[in-house]
Amino acid sequence: MKKVLMGNHAASWGVQLSRVKMISAYPITPQTHIVEELSEMCGDGSLDARFLKVESEHSAMASVIASQATGVRSFTASSSNGLALMHELLHWAAGARLPIVMVNVNRALAPGWNIWADQGDSLSQRDTGWIQIYVEDNQEVLDSVIQGYRIAESVDLPVMICYDAFFLSHTYEPVDIPSYDEVDAWLPPYTPTNHLDPEKPKSFYPLVMPDNYMEIKYKFQQAHEQAIGVIDEVGQSFGTSFDRYYGVVEAVQCEDADIILVTSGTITSPARLVLEEMRQKGEKVGLLKMRTFRPFPVKAVQQALNGAKKAIVVDRNCSWGKGGIFADEIKSAMSNTTDAPMIYSYIAGLGGRSITPDDIRGLIEEAIESDSPSSESVWKGLKL
Amino acid sequence: MRKEFAHDELMMPGHLACQGCGGTIIMKHALRAVGPDAVCVIPACCWTIISGNFPYSALNVPVLHTAFATSGAAASGVRAGLDMQGKHDTKVLAFAGDGGTFDIGIQSLSGAAERNEDIIYICYDNEAYMNTGVQRSSATPERAWTTTTPVTHPKSGAKKNMIQILAGHKVPYCATANIAFPDDLYRKVRNAAEIKGTCFIHVLSPCPSGWKIPSEKAIEVSRLATHSKVFPIYEVYHGEEYKITMEPDEIPVSDYLKSQGRFRHLKEEDMDFIQERVDYEWKILLQRSMMEPFHMNF
Repeated sequence: MKKVLMGNHAASWGVQLSRVKMISAYPITPQTHIVEELSEMCGDGSLDARFLKVESEHSAMASVIASQATGVRSFTASSSNGLALMHELLHWAAGARLPIVMVNVNRALAPGWNIWADQGDSLSQRDTGWIQIYVEDNQEVLDSVIQGYRIAESVDLPVMICYDAFFLSHTYEPVDIPSYDEVDAWLPPYTPTNHLDPEKPKSFYPLVMPDNYMEIKYKFQQAHEQAIGVIDEVGQSFGTSFDRYYGVVEAVQCEDADIILVTSGTITSPARLVLEEMRQKGEKVGLLKMRTFRPFPVKAVQQALNGAKKAIVVDRNCSWGKGGIFADEIKSAMSNTTDAPMIYSYIAGLGGRSITPDDIRGLIEEAIESDSPSSESVWKGLKL
Repeated sequence: MRKEFAHDELMMPGHLACQGCGGTIIMKHALRAVGPDAVCVIPACCWTIISGNFPYSALNVPVLHTAFATSGAAASGVRAGLDMQGKHDTKVLAFAGDGGTFDIGIQSLSGAAERNEDIIYICYDNEAYMNTGVQRSSATPERAWTTTTPVTHPKSGAKKNMIQILAGHKVPYCATANIAFPDDLYRKVRNAAEIKGTCFIHVLSPCPSGWKIPSEKAIEVSRLATHSKVFPIYEVYHGEEYKITMEPDEIPVSDYLKSQGRFRHLKEEDMDFIQERVDYEWKILLQRSMMEPFHMNF
């Protein structure tokens, strides 16, 4: 069934089709349509789930941790300051190895108050132990929520699906909605490894002494390393069933490229246009879409970028005092490799400022002219 | 006298509590009243330690350890998860200290109470952050010593009245209880287990190391708290119907205060002041208990 959906409603459909049993959320712009639509779905019975309308994001995450621990598929959604308020519980959910899926609509953090697109909210949660997937369009929003549960439940790690405020959350696009039967055939019901069960009383997440702590954390890290392969497998398997293929990254014409654009989120779409145009002109340009940020797909990045002369990373985010976060991680991934490209780091589009095909064209032209990149991230489109 | 309990002992030997810990006695009675078909939610508090470290557990019910501020929300999440599996009869027992209830956890407790989640919430109130070394909380009594309210500037302001706050949410059942009256405590938890909706039980929990009392005096001191009317024992149904369940012996508050090292610095005038406040609060409670409740017909 094809429908014209805003990104937020695509997320709600993904939740419904995944047969989520518990939803707990607190409203924040620009996430609200997700929870409004889910309230409707719970209200009219099209989704058989309990919806807790809690009094904060902190409580939203605490309650989905608890419901997931009883053994039911659980979901929440947030954005910006709401996600920041969840921070403590993000650590808890991941450390507890609970396969929760959440949506984060990427929005700038205050101050100044700004409700528009910026990845600083989710990227500043990078060390919480959540898998983070950044999506490009509304179809991918829906598909990634469903894949999110399969990934999460394969490795017992929570998954955060991230997409840009307004550019996706409030923008309508045609979305192919699979049927319940199709999704049921692909996503089996959740069977927890452990759950809170009075028949088998166990203590969940108790005090752990130094004698055991490191081993538990080592297994946590191993699960992340395993997740890289799982995200690829799940994306391939999804493609086999639904004819839309996904992976940890998407490398477009990188094999023979001299210059590779590295993007995430909605910046990828204008980059595709520019790529096509440049290729027609005979410029050997490629595109690497970073779909996964955690776990960081080091090998996939090396494979895509090695051999190119220059890589241009566009970041709609900044680690204050350091620079573009994707660029920084990519530099780290490319260290100790031979044949690595020079890496150009650009910061653009913060707080919802548009990044147009012209802007991207400009970056490529600048890189072609340049002999070596600046050691700091370069801010584009500043009006100083 | 042999007491018949509804359920077998669910708190096992080998727990890690200090001698004379009130919180341990409360848990023992509470679990006997609630029974084995229950999930216990414990935020950061003394019971994080008492229940045992990985891979041990002193409780024979499943325990969800959760972040400090989240007992109300976590209990709500457990309830929702159990309900979605048709396990409506399984009880959810949140068991939190005064810090996790009066201070950092009050928001999530208020949220759960406002939604009238079907949970039992027991606050074991030892009147300070005992697990971290006796720092004041909003449950610390007026003019008491703690490590952050030294005798040079003891705790100012009255102890927060949590029952009033919960009664203000119109939850079906609130009660105070005291380990010196275990039959009453046990009956109240049983009562809470029978009632659908949010039930809140506030239990005074003596802490020998924090209150500066000998561990063998814990129950005796607790008894004085109720008989001096410092900690009256009562119930509130639907936020309106007050029932005093233990008639105090009307002993002076100084008997209670002088039994504890945390009040050793108090002068006569301090004790007079505390006596006056206690008398005033008692008068309010008496008046409330005599008021006709506003009955809801639906």
